[in-house]
Amino acid sequence: MSAAEAPRVAGSVETFDCRVAFADEVIKLARADERIVVVCNDSVGSSNMGAFQKEFPDRLVNVGIAEQNMVGVGAGLANAGMIPFVCAAGPFLTGRATEQIKADCAYSQYPVVLCGMSPGMAYGELGPTHHSIEDFAWMRAIAELTIMAPVDPAETRQAVQWAAQAGKPVYMRVARFKVPAVTGAEHKWEPGKISTLRDGGDVTLAAIGTMVSRAIEAADLLAREGIAARVLNVSTLKPLDEETILKAARETGRIVTAEEAVSTGGLGGAIAELVSQHHPVPMRILGVPGFAPTGDTQFLLDHFGLNVEGLAKAARDLMGTRSRP
Amino acid sequence: MAVEHRIATPHREGSGPAPLILRAVTPTFQPTTVEEDLRKIAATVRLKIVKTIALAGLGHVGGDLSVTDILTALYFAVLDVDPADPTKPERDRFILSKGHCAAAFYSVLALRGFFDPEAVDTFMKPLSPLNGHPNRRKIPGVEANTGPLGHGLPIGLGAAIGAKLSGQSWRTFVVVGDGELQEGSNWEAAMAAGHRGLDNLTVIVDRNRFQQGAGTEATNRLEPLADKFRAFGWDAVDVDGHDVAALHVLLAAKGGDKPRAIIAKTYKGRGVSFMENLVDWHHKVPSAEQVEIALKELTR
Repeated sequence: MSAAEAPRVAGSVETFDCRVAFADEVIKLARADERIVVVCNDSVGSSNMGAFQKEFPDRLVNVGIAEQNMVGVGAGLANAGMIPFVCAAGPFLTGRATEQIKADCAYSQYPVVLCGMSPGMAYGELGPTHHSIEDFAWMRAIAELTIMAPVDPAETRQAVQWAAQAGKPVYMRVARFKVPAVTGAEHKWEPGKISTLRDGGDVTLAAIGTMVSRAIEAADLLAREGIAARVLNVSTLKPLDEETILKAARETGRIVTAEEAVSTGGLGGAIAELVSQHHPVPMRILGVPGFAPTGDTQFLLDHFGLNVEGLAKAARDLMGTRSRP
Repeated sequence: MAVEHRIATPHREGSGPAPLILRAVTPTFQPTTVEEDLRKIAATVRLKIVKTIALAGLGHVGGDLSVTDILTALYFAVLDVDPADPTKPERDRFILSKGHCAAAFYSVLALRGFFDPEAVDTFMKPLSPLNGHPNRRKIPGVEANTGPLGHGLPIGLGAAIGAKLSGQSWRTFVVVGDGELQEGSNWEAAMAAGHRGLDNLTVIVDRNRFQQGAGTEATNRLEPLADKFRAFGWDAVDVDGHDVAALHVLLAAKGGDKPRAIIAKTYKGRGVSFMENLVDWHHKVPSAEQVEIALKELTR
């Protein structure tokens, strides 16, 4: 990929709250298809569904503060032929209603779109009760559930469109912490496919969600030091694009993963499970090591090294190591 | 459109017996509203339950026999369902929230013609589509994969809301166990159903007054149960849960502008003298001699 084709990144560029694109896209779908409904747990505002409610008051099913019922209702609406988007803050959706997600949605295979709003540490100062950093690990353990974390507004729109017609249950993170647009207008998001945003043969930076723009910046930093880093945007965590990961393992011999989630059982875990069995390479897994202290989202990301420097440092560490050919 | 329900066993591809696919058959009994016929069907269901559990060496016979008359009244006198077209969009929805009473559910579905009654003999056998809890992806007529308690009513609520939103007149029925009502999710759903005044939603409580290890009232009191539903905005009625005619009348009627709760007083192990109203028979399996006695009593 030439520099001219490379997607624009961060720095001084504009950043976006993906909930805006999300809500806009759901409304567009709802205008065209009366089966689209939104289910929420008193979270009309935090899910940015005010405009949807105004336009489709009947199709905004607010069950009140009751997440287990909310997810069960989602499955029942799917049973009745509707296409439910179940929207709630990530920690409460995935934590409080885990068993409903497992039995009512995944095991029953009802096509419910489970939307984890404000995931990761978006609720910074509100603390670990409100952080959704366990969601990747919890949801990954559930069979036949697709897990997505669209990286920017453009991918969010495409993910919403896909999920509405997927005919199977999907868990989708909808980012609130602002991210730059890292995919160009020509970028065609494909479910289950990892997009390669920077090519490089020395080390792979596999990132998800908020970490992707930071990985691109880290790759630029490393390039100035003579290290060619490949950047993978893993916007579908499950099913994992195994081909692209194994190709990166073979061609770069080193992998750094980065996620705004606990460092066990998420993206790093998924990639380690794969490469350790098929093409073992040295890895560094960047994530959140435990319950976070008080701080805003940016502070916490820096605190845990989930930033450009943290990614670059992990890559430099790995440069001294390489798997046997 | 008939749906094929196939067992997915990728790791056993090409070996072992062909997967058992459940398909509609000629019903053993036709739908009826005649009390005498309903009684006869319920008696056949009870025999089938005892035989099934004896064959599997597993199951929840006490609750199966308490819910039998409720399921019989629903499937043979009330529900608008078609075994030949089990997913037709305008069908009535039925959800067995107490999914552990699968032997009763499978027996009723089979006798109604959703699949071959002989298939019920594979209950809980390796690779059978008939698991210890119902699986909608393998069993025609099943709407939700229940088993963990407190799941059926929220799903039924969603279906009832969906019917209202799409302007359809089909109804949703959910059978819950009484002990199961200790799960808070039921009351989340009850509150929302009452708030919305969903007259197309009916819940039937199999009020056998026992949970796994003891009586409900000794464990975590449910009474006054009908009043609890009324306080949540429901129309609630008590009925003898073994009176198929009374069940038929109540189930056929809606609750005015409210969701309806039918508290069906039942007995665990109903119909078998040494099981009836005894907590021990929650999931105890009868011995060969006990099966013989039970079958004799149920045939009388």
